Amino acid sequence: MTVAATDSETTGQDRKPGPAAANGYEPNMVLANQTFDIVGSRPVRHDGADKVTGRAVYGADVTLPGTLHGAILRSPHAHARILSIDTSRAEQMDGVHAVMTAGDLPDAGDKIVDVGEGDTPLAYVHGNVLAKDKVLYQGHAVAAVAASNAHVALEAASAINIEYDVLPCSLTAPDAMRPEAALLHDDLVTKELGEESNRRSNVAEHFRWTKGDVETGFARADTIVERSFDTATVHQGYIEPHTVTALWNHDGRLLLWCSTQGAFVVRDVVSTILDIPVSTVKVTPTEIGGGFGGKIPVYMEPVAALLSRKTGRPVKIVMSREEVFLGTGPTAGTHTRVKIGASADGKIQAMEAELAYEAGAYPGSFVVPGGMCVFAAYDCENVAVDGYDVVVNKPSCAAYRAPGSPQAAFAAEQVIDEVALRLGLDPVEFRLLNAAREGTRRADGPKFRRIGCVEVLEAVKNHPHYSAPLVGPNQGRGVAIGFWFNAGLESSCTLNVNTNGTVNLVEGSTDIGGTRTSIAMQAAEVLGISAQDILPEVVDTDSVGFTSVTGGSRTTFATGWAAHDAAQKVVDEMKTRAAMLWAVEPEQVEHSKGTYTANGSSATFQELAAQASRTGGPISASATVKPRGVGGSFAANIVDVEVDPETGKVDIVRFTAVQDVGKAVHPSYVEGQMQGGSVQGIGWALNEEYFMGEDGTMRNSTLLDYRMPTTLDLPMIDTCIVEVANPGHPFGVRGVGEANIVPPLPAVANAIHDAVGVRMQRLPMSPPAVWAALAKT
Amino acid sequence: MHSVQYHRPVTLDECLRLFDRFGKQARALAGGTDLLVQMRAGHCRNGAVVDVKHVPELNELRFGTSDGLTLGAAVPCYRIYGDATVSRAYPGLIDTVSMIGGTQIQGRASVGGNLCNAAPSADAVPALIALRAVCRIASVRGERELPVDQFCIAPGRNAMADNEVLVSLHVPPPPEHSGACYLRFIPRNEMDIAVAGAGVSVTLGNGTFRDGRVALASVAPTPLLVEKAGVALRGQPVEHEVIARAAAAAKAAARPITDMRGTAEYRKHLCEVLTRRALEKAVLRAGGTLA
Repeated sequence: MTVAATDSETTGQDRKPGPAAANGYEPNMVLANQTFDIVGSRPVRHDGADKVTGRAVYGADVTLPGTLHGAILRSPHAHARILSIDTSRAEQMDGVHAVMTAGDLPDAGDKIVDVGEGDTPLAYVHGNVLAKDKVLYQGHAVAAVAASNAHVALEAASAINIEYDVLPCSLTAPDAMRPEAALLHDDLVTKELGEESNRRSNVAEHFRWTKGDVETGFARADTIVERSFDTATVHQGYIEPHTVTALWNHDGRLLLWCSTQGAFVVRDVVSTILDIPVSTVKVTPTEIGGGFGGKIPVYMEPVAALLSRKTGRPVKIVMSREEVFLGTGPTAGTHTRVKIGASADGKIQAMEAELAYEAGAYPGSFVVPGGMCVFAAYDCENVAVDGYDVVVNKPSCAAYRAPGSPQAAFAAEQVIDEVALRLGLDPVEFRLLNAAREGTRRADGPKFRRIGCVEVLEAVKNHPHYSAPLVGPNQGRGVAIGFWFNAGLESSCTLNVNTNGTVNLVEGSTDIGGTRTSIAMQAAEVLGISAQDILPEVVDTDSVGFTSVTGGSRTTFATGWAAHDAAQKVVDEMKTRAAMLWAVEPEQVEHSKGTYTANGSSATFQELAAQASRTGGPISASATVKPRGVGGSFAANIVDVEVDPETGKVDIVRFTAVQDVGKAVHPSYVEGQMQGGSVQGIGWALNEEYFMGEDGTMRNSTLLDYRMPTTLDLPMIDTCIVEVANPGHPFGVRGVGEANIVPPLPAVANAIHDAVGVRMQRLPMSPPAVWAALAKT
Repeated sequence: MHSVQYHRPVTLDECLRLFDRFGKQARALAGGTDLLVQMRAGHCRNGAVVDVKHVPELNELRFGTSDGLTLGAAVPCYRIYGDATVSRAYPGLIDTVSMIGGTQIQGRASVGGNLCNAAPSADAVPALIALRAVCRIASVRGERELPVDQFCIAPGRNAMADNEVLVSLHVPPPPEHSGACYLRFIPRNEMDIAVAGAGVSVTLGNGTFRDGRVALASVAPTPLLVEKAGVALRGQPVEHEVIARAAAAAKAAARPITDMRGTAEYRKHLCEVLTRRALEKAVLRAGGTLA
């Protein structure tokens, strides 16, 4: 095991010396066990210059000649029947070119579609694009306008007259599960333990997974803790709002430019919604200002497309921040109950969870992964998990970084903490004693392959932060661990070798976290050339093979794998070319670190590239992958907080993020992912929430009152990269983007408990909430 | 479509005539940090924007030991905390101008604008009330003065007639052995709106409070002068117990609402905490010690 120091010049992380520097250890540790030449280094990012100079083209930068501007009219009500829509006044306004409603969409029928992260009835996808008979949340899109400019479009949208019959709304899972709650969908039949029931309710699905027998387990326990928890609806909070520009061309092709995590998913879903052949749609993904799962669904793309078809002109729609909050998918608010029993020797005997997640307006709350993750860190014989997917009158949920897992961890990891305290055990030792390992079977069925749960916990235990004394009054320390699976899905990559020895890398994965570079580095490693000699580009759906979404922390893993495979093909081709030059058999040519040798002859990659024309023409290779060896990732935090007991305000004093990433291809980006996930987790823990009135309207749909943390609310987040190689990937990559948002919620809660002795069972743990909890003690 | 007129007067007279002509359609543009946001939100349609940044009287910043502070209504925050003399004389005012918005906002936003916007949460207003600041208001018909604590009359509404303009604010010279402080509570550390705020000033002598004033933000429809807190202080010894009584008076006077920024109960509680902490700090600034 080697410990590599961060080069502060490349990361800029010497800006704010935290307690780390004072204590004389490196704030960014890499616990590496496998080294390569390029993979694991920190080259300058390929997209850096464009981004720091403002040249990078984002969705809102796209403007075609003759562009019209669209606006969406949204429901002011959380739940209402649409009685009538009168667009006549809007249509007559100067500058208005087209008006449309759900009636302009083709009939959805009963088709099922895959919208990026799972199967969904097409009618629900349609319904969320434009409401047909009912609006199901405030902000639900009802009609749209294309006009000569954005001001006219907004004005015209507000001139559309809609009559509503307002219905009672349900805003939380327990609320919507009441027998007397108003039904959102008259046709929604509850799926009960895998079977269609005949019950109509707001519960889309109830599942139960069991392993062993929890009753027997609890009977063996000396200490049992059971608590219930609630978490608020929160938004991913990406800084760039959704945008789209659509051009329905005269040749029948539909061209879309949009800010999306998956251009191919947009292509496929839009073609399905509009009932046109997939080959007629071309999607160009622009640079993306954050997504975190929230830019997988399709919202305005079909609307802009139909407005373009109606007008014969390009149509551009850009959401406002308020529209992003109201009209796009946040993550589920939840109501959960967790019960854990352990024997006096510290062995967990039984674990039980009941998870009710708000799906928002349409089924699909991510309660399933929540249930898979809730006890993933523990090896326990007796486990029972019940999950409920519940529709409520809020925007339809979208994925948010490890979707479903943080809410479950908020419950489970607090109960774990309490059991450890009651048994008088160190919370990390208690977790180590019960940690999941290779071969541990989860309640939902699968057995873990090689995982790094134990290694992450060991790194926490050995980290200087864990043994450092607290430095002030009302301070406390908390730890927690969390899990996310990561995904494989499908990716493509093409490498075109230039005669000067550089390589153009063509791929289709939206670059959210620096993946152009992490993919290029994997090709560079195979080719034995520098990362800078690879020129990666993310292209449109006509120009590269199918590539699934940038999501599930899969891009560096899977598209990187495609780049690896394409590079292997280039190496093989280079051997053939060298063999031709040297009149030997290709099998006789050896390749090492970019140099090809045979029988005493030797040539570099660059030299062979220069001779391409003489040895058979351009050198190019493509590879597509659908990898299966996905490696799950565990992440843990050590958090120090200071609580002002008079105001209830919680300050994060020190924060260390530890994560098993398999292999950090570019450690600076990995650190960035770990820090970013930590910061979003801290925001979710402390202040973020959809603050709803009883009428189901959101009262804080601005970034002023929806309080994400600013840099002034955070210490520098220290990182500790743990590398337990994933045997299912050529470089051991697991995927790093998500697991890091899971532990902050419970870790902060555990730290608050350590500081002031209150157990926070509801998110956010905002100043009034902490003060009220303290006042009760 | 809606159109907006833009006027840029360079004399007070010209400015007053524009306000007389446009009346309630006229909107003063100083830093624009409230106005432009409101316009983008669709307010102030078909209005007349009057840019007051070029009217000398509204951009004056002058301090004299006998006259006190003349603060033109359009003077941006950074000029105030950038002036060393003013910073020494009025630390309670500096607390607010270095807290409003962020650095970029402080480069444009004015104290006069903060006052005219009449938000219950305006950070500058309790500090001005505590310092006994007076507004100089003008129209084509003449001038009048109005104490700041009478200026705001409802959320978003002030005591000026449609044709009147806030020219400047006048703060009396700080008495010997006086100190002031403004504290607010926000869930984050910056870039947020006060859940509650307390502006205080004290004048000490012979171990007693000769004078004391307490004003609150965000806990009533307008910034609130708490007379009873002043009464609790005046003539009493400089002690924790006295400060606690003034803080209790502030809590009792607060009449907040429950909204997304906090519950009424929590805000009342914060008034007590903030008033106590602000008074303790003001005493230290006045050179006093707490018994």
